Amino acid sequence: MRGRETIIGIALMALLLVVPAVASQAGEPFYVTLATRIAILALAATGLNIALGLGGLVSFGHAAFFGVGGYVAGILAAHAMSMEPILLGIPGTKQMLVIWLVALAAGGLLALAIGAISLRTTGVYFIMITLAFAQMVYYFAVSWPAYGGEDGLPILLRNQFPGVNTLKPLPFFLICYVLLAAGLAFFALLRGSRFGAALQASRQNDTRLAAVGIAPYRVRLAAFVISGAITALAGALFADLNRFVSPSMLSWQMSGELIVLIILGGVGRLSGPVVGAIVYVVLEYVLGGITERWQLFLGLVLLVVVLFARGGLIGLVAGRARHG
Amino acid sequence: MAEPVLAVSGLVKSFGALRATDTVDLDLRPGEIHALIGPNGAGKSTLINQIAGALRPDAGTIRFAGEDITQLGVAERARRGLGRTFQVSSLAPEFSALRNVMLAVQAVSGSSFRFFRPVMGDARLTGPAMAALERVGLAERARIPAAELSHGERRQLEIAIALALGSKAFLLDEPMAGMGPEGSKRLTGFLDGLRAEAPILLVEHDMNAVFALADRITVLVYGKVIASGSVEQIRRDPAVRKAYLGEGA
Ligand SMILES: Nc1ncnc2c1ncn2[C@@H]1O[C@H](COP(=O)(O)OP(=O)(O)O)[C@@H](O)[C@H]1O
Ligand SMILES: [Mg+2]
Repeated sequence: MRGRETIIGIALMALLLVVPAVASQAGEPFYVTLATRIAILALAATGLNIALGLGGLVSFGHAAFFGVGGYVAGILAAHAMSMEPILLGIPGTKQMLVIWLVALAAGGLLALAIGAISLRTTGVYFIMITLAFAQMVYYFAVSWPAYGGEDGLPILLRNQFPGVNTLKPLPFFLICYVLLAAGLAFFALLRGSRFGAALQASRQNDTRLAAVGIAPYRVRLAAFVISGAITALAGALFADLNRFVSPSMLSWQMSGELIVLIILGGVGRLSGPVVGAIVYVVLEYVLGGITERWQLFLGLVLLVVVLFARGGLIGLVAGRARHG
Repeated sequence: MAEPVLAVSGLVKSFGALRATDTVDLDLRPGEIHALIGPNGAGKSTLINQIAGALRPDAGTIRFAGEDITQLGVAERARRGLGRTFQVSSLAPEFSALRNVMLAVQAVSGSSFRFFRPVMGDARLTGPAMAALERVGLAERARIPAAELSHGERRQLEIAIALALGSKAFLLDEPMAGMGPEGSKRLTGFLDGLRAEAPILLVEHDMNAVFALADRITVLVYGKVIASGSVEQIRRDPAVRKAYLGEGA
């Protein structure tokens, strides 16, 4: 049923492009911001989907990578504004391209450190240890006054991209959208590759993987690093969207939100994070306008999905995933 | 006599008070089928698991292809050419039969750290994988997820994977179990030819198959080797008749 999933995925991506374009024409920038939020969360969840969906690694600490990406954007921008070097004469920057590279590297390195230890455990222990690491990063950010501590760090002017006016909502949305599309293409390629085969086999049966001569730990660690790097990239965009980064990006609620997105949309499915992010953000907007307790309804939707649609919403409409 | 491909010496493994492997010596020579028999709970699977690296022995050494592999992990031993099957099939259940074998081909043919080229169109993977499936008679079932294969087919798939690994020795843990008489006969014929490719350490309860195939038999009871020798020697051995084959066997 991959055919139908592809069609639905393309349709949703088209919708995600058309709605903000129309809204922008109609002078409704708020909807552009909403679509940008969807694109960024979907990218963050696509990163997590590599670890969680393909590798079966239920990381409850991906907010650490998301937040570190955000702080990379915030800190580099702050130093660029103040003209003070960060360390050893390294200057800050307002250039998104540089910020993204640093965010990818920082997310990947942090994931290497966290993963190297966490991946020695499995199951509930893995969930708890990734949570514990993320909480450590969270409290570090809260108690580190140089970059705002608890209050967070504003980005006074959105960072720059050559030839694009990032201060306007639609161009910035398009940047995020293109990165999401690239992230999805990367996910699809990875899933179909040798590495993807080994990673998915490690989720299904790591005894089998080892018995053919592939050590599961190394495969998982590489996947975790890639996963953390992509989620950190999304974090950098998120900070630029809000022009603000704070420890809340590092909180366990954020980690949970990313997991919820994937479960809603479809674990391990290419379009799962997109479906999940759309449903999540739209519910938040529609129900959040009616009641403060909109998450109660989110919980109900999640419950229904977990009980009746194990393949997530995409599985409900496009059927079970099949591997050639 | 040819140098053994695999040599186990002084192997000991205890689970609590239970000695599942009790100072076992055993070897596997080029071109032979060495059958390992014994009643349920004798420690046959435990021995296979130690040779494959899934269990660490408490004492003793395992040499393979001239090297001490006692300290190596499962994956490293598999890369060196120890191909095993599991008593209870252990496969990637969502993957098709073909993709299960392709995983072995990719492990042998180089790195699994290739991130972009799609595997499904890659003839360097699908070609050898299909060939292995054909050899075990599973080619028509190539596209079926492993979870949907019959019990016997899963056993065949495990053997196809070991073949695709280009194994230098096979460790087969009850490959005939649950196969039915027709399937057992076909597999017996197949294993008969396979020994020329690489020697086989065969754990099997089907005595017809064992007596038809084995060059040598080792009998394990309560973790100890109680007899080892040719088929004729084992058939005549009084201790074996008493402990295992049962009087009058
Ligand atoms: N992981 C384990 N922990 C504890 N006891 C085990 C374990 N594996 C096997 N045993 C015990 O070791 C003995 C040998 O088991 P096994 O090797 O499976 O026998 P066989 O394959 O000859 O039937 C049995 O008594 C079994 O209960
Ligand atoms: Mg057994």
